[in-house]
Amino acid sequence: MVSTMQTIFSLHKKGKNKYTVPQFGEKSFDPIPEHLCRSKLDLVDVSEVDVVRHYRKLSSLNFGVDNGMYPLGSCTMKYNPKINDAVASLVQFTGQHPATIEELSQGALQIMYELSQMLCAITGMKRFTLMPAAGAHGELTGVMIIKKYFEIKGERRNVILIPDSAHGTNPASVAMCGFTVKEIPSNSDGDVDIDALRAAMDENVAAMMLTCPNTLGLFDRNIITIAEILHTHGALFYCDGANLNAIVGKVRPADLGFDIMHVNLHKTFSTPHGGGGPGSGPIGVVETLSPFMPVPVIEKKDAQYYLEYNRPQSIGRVHSFYGNFLIMLRAYTYIRMLGASGLKQVAEHAVVNANYLRVKLQTHFNLPYKRICMHEFVINDEGMPGGITTNEIAKRLLDYGFHAPTVYFPLIVHGAIMVEPTETEHKETLDAFVDAMVAIKNEAHTNPEVLKAAPLTTPVRKVDAVLAARKPVLQWEE
Amino acid sequence: MSFLPNSDDDIRLMCKEIGVDSPEDLFVDIPSRVKNPGIELPSPLSEQEAFHSIVRIGNTNRRVCSLVGGGVYNHYVPAVVDHLSSRSEFYTAYTPYQPEVSQGTLAAIFEFQTYMCRLTGMDVANASMYDGATALAESMLMAVRTTKKNTVLCSAAVHPHYRQVLATYAWASDIVLQIVPYKNGSTNYDELSHILHNDVACVIVQSPNFFGVIEDIAKAAQIAHEHKALCIVTFTEAMSLGLLESPGQLGADIVCGEGQSLGNYPACGGPLLGILACRKEFMRTIPGRLIGKTVDQEGREAYVMTLQTREQHIRRERATSNICTNEGLCALRASMYLSLVGNKLLELATVNHTAASYCLEKLVALGYERVFDAPFFNEFVIKINNAKDVRNKLMDNGYALGIPLDTYYPEMSDCLLIAVTECTAKDDIDTLVTLLQTI
Amino acid sequence: MSNIPENLKYTKTHEWIEVQDDYTGVCGITDHAQEMLTDIVFVELPEVGLEVKAGEQVAVVESVKAVSDVYSPVSGRIVEVNKALEDSPDLLNSDPYGKGWIFKIDIKDKHELDELMDASSYAEHVASGE
Repeated sequence: MVSTMQTIFSLHKKGKNKYTVPQFGEKSFDPIPEHLCRSKLDLVDVSEVDVVRHYRKLSSLNFGVDNGMYPLGSCTMKYNPKINDAVASLVQFTGQHPATIEELSQGALQIMYELSQMLCAITGMKRFTLMPAAGAHGELTGVMIIKKYFEIKGERRNVILIPDSAHGTNPASVAMCGFTVKEIPSNSDGDVDIDALRAAMDENVAAMMLTCPNTLGLFDRNIITIAEILHTHGALFYCDGANLNAIVGKVRPADLGFDIMHVNLHKTFSTPHGGGGPGSGPIGVVETLSPFMPVPVIEKKDAQYYLEYNRPQSIGRVHSFYGNFLIMLRAYTYIRMLGASGLKQVAEHAVVNANYLRVKLQTHFNLPYKRICMHEFVINDEGMPGGITTNEIAKRLLDYGFHAPTVYFPLIVHGAIMVEPTETEHKETLDAFVDAMVAIKNEAHTNPEVLKAAPLTTPVRKVDAVLAARKPVLQWEE
Repeated sequence: MSFLPNSDDDIRLMCKEIGVDSPEDLFVDIPSRVKNPGIELPSPLSEQEAFHSIVRIGNTNRRVCSLVGGGVYNHYVPAVVDHLSSRSEFYTAYTPYQPEVSQGTLAAIFEFQTYMCRLTGMDVANASMYDGATALAESMLMAVRTTKKNTVLCSAAVHPHYRQVLATYAWASDIVLQIVPYKNGSTNYDELSHILHNDVACVIVQSPNFFGVIEDIAKAAQIAHEHKALCIVTFTEAMSLGLLESPGQLGADIVCGEGQSLGNYPACGGPLLGILACRKEFMRTIPGRLIGKTVDQEGREAYVMTLQTREQHIRRERATSNICTNEGLCALRASMYLSLVGNKLLELATVNHTAASYCLEKLVALGYERVFDAPFFNEFVIKINNAKDVRNKLMDNGYALGIPLDTYYPEMSDCLLIAVTECTAKDDIDTLVTLLQTI
Repeated sequence: MSNIPENLKYTKTHEWIEVQDDYTGVCGITDHAQEMLTDIVFVELPEVGLEVKAGEQVAVVESVKAVSDVYSPVSGRIVEVNKALEDSPDLLNSDPYGKGWIFKIDIKDKHELDELMDASSYAEHVASGE
């Protein structure tokens, strides 16, 4: 599959552009002064056929869930039901303007209101806001809520605890709200080191952020104790819900002692990842944190939905309007189709699939944490013949027709390979993945050169990231 | 409905291989007293039932002829955009971590960056932010980081929602946010000069501003630069960039805003498309993803995420932002849209302006007051006696006439912010005028 | 085994300093450090005139997927930086003790040099894997 990459700019030729602008049939009554107008517009002139062939070709250079298994750990690359996109294409929703939503789009408010309620039921939280546009945006909103809570209480707490296995977005979100990050080590079982946590606790600790289950794919066995320690010291417990897929329907995070959490609709609730977004990262909170939620909140009275702004303790607004509505609509569709029983099965099948892969792979690859995992697990390149590295394994997997797992994360496992099969892969696909991994291990013995050269069959071969960073070219130049 | 491919037999077989009796045995680490709670959700539905149920809800939304803008605009989306962006190789992929199997996304986003640079007059544009408001908030943080100064001045003619988001982010980061008043529909530049001092990180103006008025960006930039502050220009209507001089040409240092108008639907307010672009010297402090051009090991043209050390997954608490997932698919749609419309964007933007000027002319002829006598693009403010009553009556007759401004500016009672685009036909405006005469 | 010249002094954080005359030191990162970082793609240089204390962060070196702070081995004032690194950060990989020097410092207190490691101590330090 050899391709000569081209951007649209190489197809530019004057006269090709036949896009027809509808004519209004009048001249401006109030022309814009010339000095305010642009002297030149320098986009592109190509034909519609050019555009169609160009992007169709680009699409063929991509690998998505619809191409094959995409075991990217912590990203929950499950199948995206097509009905989600069908409802999200309805003009009844796509054509509606946000500024007139109360007057003209009661249906859209109903979707948002009911989705919030369903998320409350699933997580045990008392109130949800759907405004955050992605998981990290949810985290930021959550940390703002934590900040506001202590500000209103009149307590000056400036530290947030984060385990060493956390996603980078956690410390980054914390820093954007002026808190200091204190890292808590994990113990040899992959759980939070309780002694280290106790030692870190003082009156400056505002909260702890914990991914549940954590990024090693493990459910922290001390979770109730952690919640108790935090609450005894007046601190809050934040759940990073990126991995909710493992426990959806099986346990409500609020019942574990979490006070606030975000969920990623684009992970657990099957909305497509869009090649990097849009996602949606709603935040749920317990009753005591409800006053601090961003505005507006959606309320219902006498079968009418409305937006409430009069929330004096709110952190304020965090989005231009109400968040990524069309993503919410997709997640709503998914939850309505599955119901409570279906969601619980999602978690069960996701966990069975992950453990099946773990058991099959642990005889061939090093598994640093040897225990039952949840929806994902981490192996690494330790002991690979000929010093074959994680990156080489990942690239070779592409040749075998699989997307690579998440690699070199979490940081506490050297050369980590984080595998999340999700519930929508069949056993036969998992077996094929195991076969590919074992074949790669054998190649490390017999033909290490092929691993070092991989990938060999992808649209482009190994890409030079060093050149890109040393001499940044960030836009097309002739 | 279920999307689980494994049968009960498959699950039994896998459990056996794992060495457990049932899936339940895999959840041993969850405390039993909270495990398997009764969760109350509506009963599961088939796809067909779900579809019809949601269509019914959708049908309660009322479709009218909308002359509403204020941050989101009703523009035509060519069929090519829906068709091509629906290719699932694009939309079922994630962030292009493996460049060898993501060249489609990477090349298209590289095109997006190029288009944004050309429209804004900047050197570097990122791969998108959540929306205009958060793109502006991140621009503010960027200016504070770059200048190491902590006060930010923002024009009162910037979209009120954007100012509210700025206020939220400023509070969280202990930044002092000051609002510069407006005068005759644009930023009061005398007042800006007066307030500005050397400890100000940046001056923020929007053009066209919330009232639709085209701001004097050159003046804003000049005043800001005199005090070593950066000039941030934001916009809510990306269509205007097709006709108006680019903010970069006029002296802006950072340009950010909302790109929904470029091939994305109003969609009840999301997903939107945050745009953030800057001059080259700020390249290493820009938040979010950047796609760079490079070669593969055979020397062929290829694209890859680059300058990643700025980002949260590497620099963690010292990252330039916490953003990870952005609005990739909306950026892809913008690329497709701009590739198709291309340099005809100038003509299309001109039609927007012409239609708006026609509408304004007709409303003034009815005796309504044009509130600001200043150049505008496709939005303007009109004053109508009992504006809210009139607006409500029009809504019953199939028209949404603008946004009442006194919600945001108490002094502007009876003022409506009206937007007209290429989707508003001349007939629509003429019918509106007739209706207004009879109401 | 990485190259550790005899005539230099070293820090635990893998910087080297060469004392040019009584007052001026030339500093960079060690061969071992550049090996660990792999291909260096960017160096953030300090401003000339900056006053620093020993152990204070003065520069940043970046590879594609890692960021590493560079600390000053001694206290003093930065008198010159290696501008060539702006266009050719790869000099840090190809010639860490020569063309890949990072900054020159006006040494405030020569006694601080005694606190630093000599080549053999640094070799032990590297071997210990810290």
